[in-house]
Amino acid sequence: MSVAATLADSRTMLRRNLQHAVRYPSLTLIVAAVPIVFLLLFVYVLGGTLGAGLGGPAGGRTEYVTYVVPGVLLLAVAGAPQGTAISVAMDMTEGIISRFRTMSIARASVLTGHVVGSVIQTLVGLAVVLAVALLVGFRPDASPLEWLAATGLLSLASFALAWLAVAMGLASPTVEAASNLPMPLSLLPFLGSGFVPVDSMPAGLRWFAEHQPFTPLIETLRGLLTGTAIGSSGWVAMAWCAAIALVGYLWARRGYERRPAR
Amino acid sequence: MGTAVSVTGLRKAFGSTVVLDGLDLAVAEGSVYALLGPNGAGKTTTVDVLSTLTPADAGQVTVAGHDLGRDPGGVRSAIAVTGQFSAVDGLLTGRENLRLMADLNHLGRGEGRRRATDLLERFDLVDAADRLPATYSGGMRRRLDLAMGLLGDPRVVFLDEPTTGLDPRSRRAMWDVVRGLVAEGVTILLTTQYLEEADRLADRIGLLDGGRLVAEGTSDELKRLVPGGAVRLSFADAPALEVAARVLGVEPGDPAALVLEVPSDGSVPALRSLLARLDDARVDVAGLTVTTPGLDDVFLALTGRPTAEEVPA
Repeated sequence: MSVAATLADSRTMLRRNLQHAVRYPSLTLIVAAVPIVFLLLFVYVLGGTLGAGLGGPAGGRTEYVTYVVPGVLLLAVAGAPQGTAISVAMDMTEGIISRFRTMSIARASVLTGHVVGSVIQTLVGLAVVLAVALLVGFRPDASPLEWLAATGLLSLASFALAWLAVAMGLASPTVEAASNLPMPLSLLPFLGSGFVPVDSMPAGLRWFAEHQPFTPLIETLRGLLTGTAIGSSGWVAMAWCAAIALVGYLWARRGYERRPAR
Repeated sequence: MGTAVSVTGLRKAFGSTVVLDGLDLAVAEGSVYALLGPNGAGKTTTVDVLSTLTPADAGQVTVAGHDLGRDPGGVRSAIAVTGQFSAVDGLLTGRENLRLMADLNHLGRGEGRRRATDLLERFDLVDAADRLPATYSGGMRRRLDLAMGLLGDPRVVFLDEPTTGLDPRSRRAMWDVVRGLVAEGVTILLTTQYLEEADRLADRIGLLDGGRLVAEGTSDELKRLVPGGAVRLSFADAPALEVAARVLGVEPGDPAALVLEVPSDGSVPALRSLLARLDDARVDVAGLTVTTPGLDDVFLALTGRPTAEEVPA
């Protein structure tokens, strides 16, 4: 299979996934809806108290908005795998995948179509979340270059989790299972530095928060958008993304090849 | 004429369940071959293996000149598969489904569009082209399914129970489509549990039971494998029936029906001698039909089990 044919097939499969997203928009909307609900909840219900606890000069709700938005954006990234796993599992329960397997097409194109489709879906969702964040008073101070880097970081995280999501969708015997399997990912921004600083957490939880992938991702994004210190978080975040993408890719490929015919 | 599909000693087991137990098969180019068998005989597994979906445990398979084990890509480029479960994309319209296939077959934009339009017309799907398959009837879905496979210009088409679950009209429409494909020189391997379907469509029929062929041949050849032919004579009145029964030495099954069943191979000499004996006894015969054994008799005789229910035609 030539590179050109592989690219052409992947593009065809991507168009299929985007057509699905347009025709079945609830999976895209959910990417944006859940983080927006949490954003409003945390800013307006909890924000006054949590903001005071941050101990910054501005204090209160305004400061908390600045703190929490990077976490909320990554909450959107962490929630997207659910929709992706569901659509992969739905694909697998339908005969169309058997048809693809009996056709002379690039084997991986079905999976890359889902992955790239998922990244695009997530970026659209992120744009909506960001728009709401700006409406509730988020004032980033990022330069164009920092915006570019932030977009790249979010795309990379989304890409890595999309491979994991595709693998989970393939590993799930049913659509229901595919909907449940990625759920724990949505908890990770809460168990990291997304909503409160990790040094406010008890020892055991704090250790977990400092060593899980979402904390360096959130810290890097926060640094890019609001000018806090990034330190080594940038490299750690990228290493995590590369590792998750690789594991997800290998797991997905194995799942796709081993999947029984019907 | 060459061989489009050749299978030797094909074996496949799922765990300890042997599904294909040394299957041998040869399908001539441009012909229709029907694999006939009850549920669990191994029909679907055969199609899954031949279409590269499931790896075989042992055996040699060649499809359209490509070795299945060494060149599965070559096999895929020469085949189309329509399974008993619909393989259409439920979130795309009929036309979009066809365009998806056109793109995956790397047809150009214009060529893909033209072929999709042709297929929609040929399979009577023009009115439904821009609707989602959820609104289609079972027969329409099956036709779209087959049309999608044909965009790749396959030389061999596998049809796994192509009319199971269809109403008689849709079934006939599907049969017409299959005949049209054969007319274009496509080789067809179909599986079915309907005797009538095999009888009407297939050049050769293989009876599959327990993962191997128990008999193979044309419909007529298979029917000759078992005895069971008879001549049915009907008479105008009871006296004629009585005389005929005495002359031929046959007990009338139901005297009120005025019908006599005489075992016979149905050949012309046998018929001639039968009628001569009745003539000699001056018995008038009101009607005569020759019944030959059906494929269901053949199946029952060879496997000890009936096939599924007959087609409600």
